[in-house]
Amino acid sequence: MTTVNSSLEQAIADAKSRLDQHTVEIVHRHFHESTGCPFWLEKKKELKFDPLTEVKCYDDLKKFPAFEDEWLRGGPVERWIMKDYQDKPTYVFETGGTTGIPKSRVVVNDFRDDYEIFSDTLPDEYFPKGGNWLMLGPSGPRRLRLAVEHLAQHRGGISFCIDLDPRWVVKLIKKGWMDHLQEYKKHCIDQAITVLTANHNIKCMFATPKLIESLCEGLEERDMTFADTGITGIFSGGTEFTPQWTRFCVEELFGGPPEQSGVFMTPTYGNTLMGLACSKPVTAEESYKISYYAPQPRAVTEVVTFDDYNQSVGYGETGRVKLTTLTPEFFVPGFMERDEGELEMPFDKFPWDGVSGVRPFHEIASATTVGVY
Amino acid sequence: MLEIPVVRWGKPYESLETKEVVHFNTNEPIAKVHSANGGLVTRDMRSASKARNALRQFSCDQLIEMVGKAADFFENETLPMGNGTQSPDDFVHQQSASTGLPQHMCLNNMKKNSFVMRNMREILDCLTRGLDLNILTRGYGKEDRGVVVSFQAQTPVLGAVLPSNSPGVHTLWLPAIPLQVGLVLKPGSSEPWTAYRVAAAYEAAGIPKEVISLYPGGHDVGASLLSACPRSMIFGSQKTVDQYAGNPGVQVHGPGFSKIFLGDDCVDDWEQYIDVMAESVFINGGRSCINCSAIYASRHTEEISKALAERLGPVEALPPEDDNAGLAAFTVPGMGQAVWDMVKGDLAKDGVTDCTAEYGDRVVELEKASYIRPVIARAASPDCEIAAKEFMFPFATVVECPQDKMIKKAGPTLVGTAITNDMAFIDQLTDATNIDRLNIGPIPTNRLNWLQPHEGNIIDFLFRSRAYQMPVEKMATMV
Repeated sequence: MTTVNSSLEQAIADAKSRLDQHTVEIVHRHFHESTGCPFWLEKKKELKFDPLTEVKCYDDLKKFPAFEDEWLRGGPVERWIMKDYQDKPTYVFETGGTTGIPKSRVVVNDFRDDYEIFSDTLPDEYFPKGGNWLMLGPSGPRRLRLAVEHLAQHRGGISFCIDLDPRWVVKLIKKGWMDHLQEYKKHCIDQAITVLTANHNIKCMFATPKLIESLCEGLEERDMTFADTGITGIFSGGTEFTPQWTRFCVEELFGGPPEQSGVFMTPTYGNTLMGLACSKPVTAEESYKISYYAPQPRAVTEVVTFDDYNQSVGYGETGRVKLTTLTPEFFVPGFMERDEGELEMPFDKFPWDGVSGVRPFHEIASATTVGVY
Repeated sequence: MLEIPVVRWGKPYESLETKEVVHFNTNEPIAKVHSANGGLVTRDMRSASKARNALRQFSCDQLIEMVGKAADFFENETLPMGNGTQSPDDFVHQQSASTGLPQHMCLNNMKKNSFVMRNMREILDCLTRGLDLNILTRGYGKEDRGVVVSFQAQTPVLGAVLPSNSPGVHTLWLPAIPLQVGLVLKPGSSEPWTAYRVAAAYEAAGIPKEVISLYPGGHDVGASLLSACPRSMIFGSQKTVDQYAGNPGVQVHGPGFSKIFLGDDCVDDWEQYIDVMAESVFINGGRSCINCSAIYASRHTEEISKALAERLGPVEALPPEDDNAGLAAFTVPGMGQAVWDMVKGDLAKDGVTDCTAEYGDRVVELEKASYIRPVIARAASPDCEIAAKEFMFPFATVVECPQDKMIKKAGPTLVGTAITNDMAFIDQLTDATNIDRLNIGPIPTNRLNWLQPHEGNIIDFLFRSRAYQMPVEKMATMV
């Protein structure tokens, strides 16, 4: 097992202490009558403990029952708005929703805060300040679309978008209309290439792995390479990131590692509930292993055993990903993600636990349509 | 442990992802197979034309010679396999161990493949109806009768998404190389053996290795292959058949629903044909699309089904190394029981009799795998749902149906064996477009004459016959 040096040990202890303190503050805010949202204030009545006095550290969150994502479906969404935010402009973002009622999350500032924190992790060499962005991902009621736009603006650029309806994509897959799926993908890539070839000085991009691959194929069909687009920085997301795909992307689609190809891609892991977990730099030396670290203390990922979701696995061991969100406007204690992976050691940049090898949770993988766009 | 890489136009490629091929019942690893990703296939297909160009350096005749030599390598020699080697015995043992097929069936399938390679000239002669193969190379030429014809290749490579549970199907793609068309194969997850061994045999026989790619991997690899290859074949269930119906670039091989029709003129002598019926149902573990799944007769169905049940019902699940083993294992845990539950549902319906019920439990559970012993059902009418069912074990329904309704009620039929001398009925069968291969007389459905085109003739699939005109004086100079 890898050992930690004393300075890292101190950083880990400091981060833990910050997380404990942050947890107490956030729980207090969500369960205090003067600030809390109707949902949690109502839920408080069912709890067998008082969150205001009995949550003294992060571990005390285990006292909460498992968070059920069903609680996020349907209205009124106002039940999730913090009392002291009721007069602020509010967004609602949705996740899922191909059939039935989607899960909703109301947001006031979180997406901006999350992406500003994420922005600090991006290397300016490849994500130049002032450079314009292409958002090659889902449109519609998605947090990601506005978040990327804010990221671009925060860094002094403008974000160009395409129309992409992931719910239609899921329907096409479920119907088995693969020809239509190909055409829809082509339609999305056509939009992207139109933007990229229209002198918009685009330097940065968000894209899912599948769309990066399709974009490169689309460019090659037009006798262009990815380098011709002028994009140097890509932030990408999706659980379908595998070391083999990343290697293929870096070696064959981009033409080599960033220092050789001039193209830098950073995988991320996140969703509407959590925000964005960054990855440790992905290198050939480490066999393109992808390890994610949540933006602590605003969000925490844990890897827990399959039979006891309050029990962490050991480093390098496999378990289910558990997510906790602790922002001033959203509190999600212990949400069980539909993913599994291995627990990763802290390191100097992120002195807290991470997760690697993220993939669909094996017990539900066959029933899930993942990575649709 | 044996480690098998992805092969990209003849070059090994070590993926960061691997999957173990394991023994069907003990889960003991046999080999570690590298997994491609879909993008790799799409990307490589951009240079697919190089495969055909490399093959066109040789004449079809030369390639046929090489494939003939490859037959011997395939059947008799120790060949490279990943980071090791594989003898013919290893091949049989490994294929049996990973697929649950009895070893003697693996050996037979091996011989079937080498037979096709060895007899490629005759097979191509039949598939092309005697066409001068130089016409396929050049794209046009003059037939003996003096007419200019043109056959245009529709693809530089043939793609194939291969199954794990039916090693007999490989004969279908073997003719691609001598037709100067490269091969892009996704081997089945538990049966990488045949595709890799054929590639090794072809290389040993002098065929350039850069004309074959092998991409083991997940569903994304199959989808990419089907999308990127202008012509490809896939083997799967009825759902797969439905999914690719109407796609001219994909030839789907699904259930065969092969049948035997007993004409009214012969049905009273049914006892004479019971061996034909039993073989058609039982051979090769009942796994093939050419195994009979329904026997149509206007009368004597009770006696026929009883006699077949007496013959097949007592068959036991024997270990794969036993020369008498006739059943193949279901290698996915729980699958045997799940299939049997479906069969039971059909057997319980009105008008259906379970004729093998008295021969003991049908499902045999092993540690990780399972078997289903043969099932013979009798249906009072072709409208019973079970009459249109096919399963991956020896299973057939004896269906009572008037002769004049048989063709219409039979539905899609890959192989139809008609036991009749009634010329009117023979004429109707000959005209029936729902029957693909037709046997007139007591020929078991599984006995294919390789000199007859299989369903989905590969020549029609890979080449397009088209008009090609030129001035008379130029035509006169053509050889």
